Amino acid sequence: MEKISNTALIEQISARFGEQTFEFSEPIGLLTFETSKETIIDVLTFLKTELGFNFLTDITGIHFPEAKLPIGVIYHLHNFRKNVRIRIKVFLEDEHPSIPTAFVLWRGADWMERETYDFYGVNFEGHPDLRRILNMDDMVAFPMRKEFPLEDPNRVDKKDFFFGR
Amino acid sequence: MNEPTITHALDRKETTTLNLGPTHPSTHGVFQNVLEMDGERIISGVSTIGYIHRAFEKIAEHRPYYQITPLTDRMNYCSSPINNMGWHMTVEKLLGIQTPKRVDYMRVIVMELARISDHLVCNGILGVDTGAYSGFLYLMEQREHIYEIYEEICGARLTTNIGRIGGFERDFNDIAFAKIKKFIKNYVPVLKEFEVLFTRSRIFMDRTVGVAAVDAQTALDYSWTGPILRACGVDYDVRANEPYSSYEDFDFDVPVGETGDVYDRYMVRNEEMYQSIRIIEQALEKIEKEPKGIFHADVPDIYLPPKEEVYNNMEALIYHFKIVMGEIDSPKTEVYHCVEGGNGELGFYLVNDGGRTPYRLHFRRPSFINYQMYAPMSSGMLLSDAIINLSSLNVIAGELDA
Amino acid sequence: MSDIKLAEAPAGIEGSGFFATSFDKVVGLARANSLWPLPFATSCCGIEFMATMGAHYDLARFGSERPSFSPRQADMLLVMGTIAKKMAPVLRQVYIQMAEPRWVIAVGACATSGGIFDSYSVLQGIDEVIPVDVYVPGCPPRPEAILSGVLKLQELVRDEPMRRRNSAEYKELLNKYGIQ
Repeated sequence: MEKISNTALIEQISARFGEQTFEFSEPIGLLTFETSKETIIDVLTFLKTELGFNFLTDITGIHFPEAKLPIGVIYHLHNFRKNVRIRIKVFLEDEHPSIPTAFVLWRGADWMERETYDFYGVNFEGHPDLRRILNMDDMVAFPMRKEFPLEDPNRVDKKDFFFGR
Repeated sequence: MNEPTITHALDRKETTTLNLGPTHPSTHGVFQNVLEMDGERIISGVSTIGYIHRAFEKIAEHRPYYQITPLTDRMNYCSSPINNMGWHMTVEKLLGIQTPKRVDYMRVIVMELARISDHLVCNGILGVDTGAYSGFLYLMEQREHIYEIYEEICGARLTTNIGRIGGFERDFNDIAFAKIKKFIKNYVPVLKEFEVLFTRSRIFMDRTVGVAAVDAQTALDYSWTGPILRACGVDYDVRANEPYSSYEDFDFDVPVGETGDVYDRYMVRNEEMYQSIRIIEQALEKIEKEPKGIFHADVPDIYLPPKEEVYNNMEALIYHFKIVMGEIDSPKTEVYHCVEGGNGELGFYLVNDGGRTPYRLHFRRPSFINYQMYAPMSSGMLLSDAIINLSSLNVIAGELDA
Repeated sequence: MSDIKLAEAPAGIEGSGFFATSFDKVVGLARANSLWPLPFATSCCGIEFMATMGAHYDLARFGSERPSFSPRQADMLLVMGTIAKKMAPVLRQVYIQMAEPRWVIAVGACATSGGIFDSYSVLQGIDEVIPVDVYVPGCPPRPEAILSGVLKLQELVRDEPMRRRNSAEYKELLNKYGIQ
């Protein structure tokens, strides 16, 4: 069970996908790269079946309002045999972001994707049951986007009046 | 002619919709399951969660690093110190702080106590759900003693907010060490007695053996981690695979089950409690050999100076101000750190843009990910088995909904 | 001799073979010492409530031996933990299902005011949806604090006039929350 080095992984991934995977980096030792939504399922399948990243640790989202492609979807995978982790990012457009679902590869992606949809409004194409999971069903906004306020804007108990201002 | 027609019960195929939750005494928390029942057997189920969604991740984006510790307390409140330490270690990993060995061992002691308190609640409740209340009382009594140790260390019982980024806020005092020693001495006989009551009990075995068995492949497919994955026979434990906080210095076993049923989960949790006691014993020995009085890393620009120095010393005052106002230089990067929580791999994904607050903080919450299999695996099960399955998954509502 | 203390009899006129007092006081005494709790535990405070019910602190000493999970049979609703906006209608439903007379204790900072969770998804105090009798501070409160809250409620219950639940003020209070 010897560890596989990040450089070896980069070589194998680039050899297979070439220009479609880019921005390789190693923040605090964890291999990170980006890909596009067209290739993400191929990349994940390749990682799962050929490089042994059989465990989906997490799927989550991120929002960079200033960027050209502001909504990000981040996958963390884990290779149990070699004990290596890898992080894959896909950035999507602001209006109706959409990406194929990883449910076809891991059943565990189900709720992680629902949570990402709930928070960021990312539409996972082909997901069997893409509904809100944590927030109320009648909510319209996507609360983890940066423009959404933390506090409820309708609340009345924080008016200046109560503090003698 | 109106002749009465006789329908056999078997031809009718009538099903009942049963609404289990959100407040139901047997669901230990607030989750709703709408079950389609054929008599006592579940045909299908739909889980609804989010009943105590508190927007942790959104709040975390508005709080400085040191104020996020109290938030992590309230995720898995059965073992809050593990969450606290996990968060501190994430920030330390981001800032590149190396903690002294003594701090690591102190952390290990607290984390293993937390693991015991988590597992004992789970196994105790499993006893209640199978109809034996007394085991629960035996173990809850011991949990009070763990809380007394926490109280001695940090002053709080449940939501501990224990430690700081870089170490602890104060050293363990002699009473704390005495209480820890007393606890590990007294706990093993109680746990043995608990095992005598349950492990070979005919009723308990009939209720749990073979119930909700999951094979390793399915468990991995659903991203299970923690004791329930180990019960399926996968020896994945973050403490062993990617040792943090000097776990590599300790000698302990990772217990695994075979069938992945409720009984195996119970056995794995019990054995883990013995292993935790073993780890604590070793940690106490190792602490003796370390230089006394060290309880935090020497990082004045991260770790708050003592209050009396803040009032009398210019340098300390400047550091205090800088830390509280969040004017610390931090690398603009991202980090994923995970610890073995009570229910599995508890991960923190932190994106830092150099500001006072995290740019993005995502918690990989094991309860959330473990629970998604509940509805699919319930179909075909008896309702009473499904309840036991739920309590052996040990889903903590705070961690589930974040 | 055991050191068990019985509840003291209310003030009244006593003579050989009889004891006279007002009906209000007798009913108050009986109600106060047999409050059946309905634990509505959502998060951390619920774990402290488990400790309160357990052998060490033992809420049963104060006449609340049986946690009644069915709202119909309960007298005292203990709301423990964060109530999210998704949960609020459920809490209100549970309150409506309880039979009169009913009392509510908000245990912990979250139930009282939302606590540290000042966010879009959390109800800022359960008194936005149901009336509350006693607030217990703490995050979470220690079991002693929960016991103290129950004792405070017992005082309220003991002194409550029997006609309060039929009074116009009480009806107005419920109307304010939209409960008939």
